[in-house]
Amino acid sequence: MDTRIDFYPTHQHQGYKLRPGRPVLFGATLVPGGVNFAICSRYATSCTLVLFEKGAPEPMVEIPFPDSFRIGNTWCMVVFDLDYERTEYGYRMDGPWDPAAGHRFDASKILLDPYAKAIGGRDVWGKPPDWNDPYPHRARLIFEDFDWEDDRPLEKPLEDLVVYELHTRSFTRHPSAGVKHPGTYAGIIAKIPYLNELGVNCVELMPIFEFDEFENSRPNPVTGETMYNYWGYSTVGFFAPKTGYAATGPFGMQVDEFKNLVKELHRNGIEVILDVVFNHTAEGNEQGPTLSFRGIDNQTYYMLTPEGYYFNFSGCGNTLNCNNPVVRMMVLDCLRYWAAEYHIDGFRFDLAAILGRDPWGAPLPNPPLLESLAFDPVLAKCKLIAEAWDAGGLYQVGSFPAYGRWAEWNGKYRDDIRRFLKGDEGMVPVIAERIQGSPDLYGWNKRGPTASINFITCHDGFTLYDQFAYNHKHNEANGEQNRDGGDDNHSWNCGVEGETDDTEVNALRKRMIKNALAILLMSHGVPMILMGDEVGRTQRGNNNTYCHDNDLNWFDWTLLERNADLFHFARQMIALRKTHPLLRTREHFGTSATQADIIWHGTQAWNADWSPGSRTLACMFRERQAGQAGNTSPVLYMALNGYWDALPFELPELPVNYRWHLFANTALPAPHDIYEPGHETPLEPYQHSFLVGGRAVVILIGRP
Amino acid sequence: MAFSANLEMVDSEARITLEGELDAAVADQFRQTVEHAAQEKPQKLVLFMDKLQFMASAGLRVLVFAKQRMGRDVAIYVIGATGPVLNTMQMSGFHQAVYLQESYP
Repeated sequence: MDTRIDFYPTHQHQGYKLRPGRPVLFGATLVPGGVNFAICSRYATSCTLVLFEKGAPEPMVEIPFPDSFRIGNTWCMVVFDLDYERTEYGYRMDGPWDPAAGHRFDASKILLDPYAKAIGGRDVWGKPPDWNDPYPHRARLIFEDFDWEDDRPLEKPLEDLVVYELHTRSFTRHPSAGVKHPGTYAGIIAKIPYLNELGVNCVELMPIFEFDEFENSRPNPVTGETMYNYWGYSTVGFFAPKTGYAATGPFGMQVDEFKNLVKELHRNGIEVILDVVFNHTAEGNEQGPTLSFRGIDNQTYYMLTPEGYYFNFSGCGNTLNCNNPVVRMMVLDCLRYWAAEYHIDGFRFDLAAILGRDPWGAPLPNPPLLESLAFDPVLAKCKLIAEAWDAGGLYQVGSFPAYGRWAEWNGKYRDDIRRFLKGDEGMVPVIAERIQGSPDLYGWNKRGPTASINFITCHDGFTLYDQFAYNHKHNEANGEQNRDGGDDNHSWNCGVEGETDDTEVNALRKRMIKNALAILLMSHGVPMILMGDEVGRTQRGNNNTYCHDNDLNWFDWTLLERNADLFHFARQMIALRKTHPLLRTREHFGTSATQADIIWHGTQAWNADWSPGSRTLACMFRERQAGQAGNTSPVLYMALNGYWDALPFELPELPVNYRWHLFANTALPAPHDIYEPGHETPLEPYQHSFLVGGRAVVILIGRP
Repeated sequence: MAFSANLEMVDSEARITLEGELDAAVADQFRQTVEHAAQEKPQKLVLFMDKLQFMASAGLRVLVFAKQRMGRDVAIYVIGATGPVLNTMQMSGFHQAVYLQESYP
């Protein structure tokens, strides 16, 4: 290859050999003998490539792009003989400073390439940065030579997934994690056996694109501890993994370490979904820093008011202009890159409703970006999951433009199941919809249950333990006088606010957690569990822990021993789901597309109580031919008693030769609360009703 | 300490002994040694690392190159890697693509 004439220099600048580059290879790409740099800007008048020796405060050279190296709005250049390992690069863009017209060019700034594939400058998590660094987030060059062997995305059917939402640092940062590299990608690898034991087959990683934990960092007014941009929902670079999450970050090997994590998870049958934040960037509003997009092409990348200020549909200062064709191309390039180069299995889009707004903020009926992603051939097997609302009030749960591809975080599932568990009246008809995959939301356009990502808790809000330990949020540690975070938690503290020694209250809390896990894992749709809920992780009533690098967020692994019964319960519930295809359907039951039905009961068999005052419901999943003509498929039955007293539930008749077996009864203490699938305990043949304890869930399996 | 990479062919085995600090400045030297080894079409590549004190990412890149240049049928043995060298390989996952041994007969 290096004998090709098109890889010989034609120009030079201060001893650096150059030739015109390839305009369609955005970013920095290794080519024979050199590096192809390409960047676009519609309104810039000139562009300069700025090269640094790794970590040096001053550039080693600045190379203005010759006029002949500009094609359209793209500057492209090959620079030869660079030391790939020790070179960092940025750009200066000159152009008009005219905020009212949307232009904020400032040639004094060194700008990060939007396509940077590795970013230095924050190599070690939490290490205070040099605030005088003229170029704090530095693009680096990477090799794409990772040895994937035969790995590829797993392409598991969506209905088979059990998703586990985790934060990379929180998962293993606690001293009790006992891993060699706490709080890193490598740390997650060390805990893969735990994920396997629990039984989840997909991890959804909270943001791992490069972000700045020091964005808006400040001392805690109470403790003095530094509060960070801890969760990372504020992207600096969309193509680069967070360096501070890599044990190898100081060596510049974060790309390899993250790829190794994906490979190891795949090797263990676990898919990887990335939580991606395309609704805004880390540059904030007009008061924020100029890191990249603002200085490259402000009017293209951001939604601007007619006066040139930033629309704020994200609640974070600015809004990425995703339906501008250039930005759309960047988003598509980005996701293709992660799918192809990192073998990512799917993406969850933060505040995805924004992606359907036009450049002036109006919702589009047929958003080009969402359509492009849905039909893209590289992304064709990737899961696409929308958080179908935004901070500007656009709420699209059930109506997100899906193109037959998009699933949604089902916020209504979360709220309705919480309210039923809490004991609210009028919830029985609603939770019947949720349990059967929300056909009221996803049936009308034939999206099916897999459009619904079912969750009761996620990173936003209470943990599952706190859901039953607090009536109100306790966010004082966030330093905002408890004003931040949502107030619509639909939680119930079981009688005492916060921690207590009361054994009855603590037993009830555990029962409520088990009730929630049972409903979640018996529901049609795709269940998602928040990291640590399976062992009763608490955030001490804080429902918005976005800024805490401490045990409010860290997974305390001693809980695994202290709440072994919860872990065992969660594990068996997941195992049950995996055992029974009846729980993992692509079609809503009761339609002609399926051979199975879901049948509703109450305390009386075949007679559910749908009245407003009802707090009881039972459901039965079965194949229509169960018990007939040699079909021995099992029948699943779940009784939900939301009353505070025990109630007898009349059991529906089973086919001849079938017998009810008790799988789970959350009213009983461990180890009698749940059994291993296939080893359930049989009921007596003459038992035709089951006394379900107050605020308890019972699951029975009918089989020969 | 100066870096050196010495190749020795023993029957169908390519044995490379690494000494010193393998950083970006000398990675190409190691790469050329691997190239020479590959031209001999060995059945096995044995890398002696007990005297290697440090390996930067550039060194790891050469290991990745070696793995892919030699092909799947050529087993790669890494002998005597310890401390930061072993750590680098483990964090990047390369240790799973090779046979790690303390000594070699």
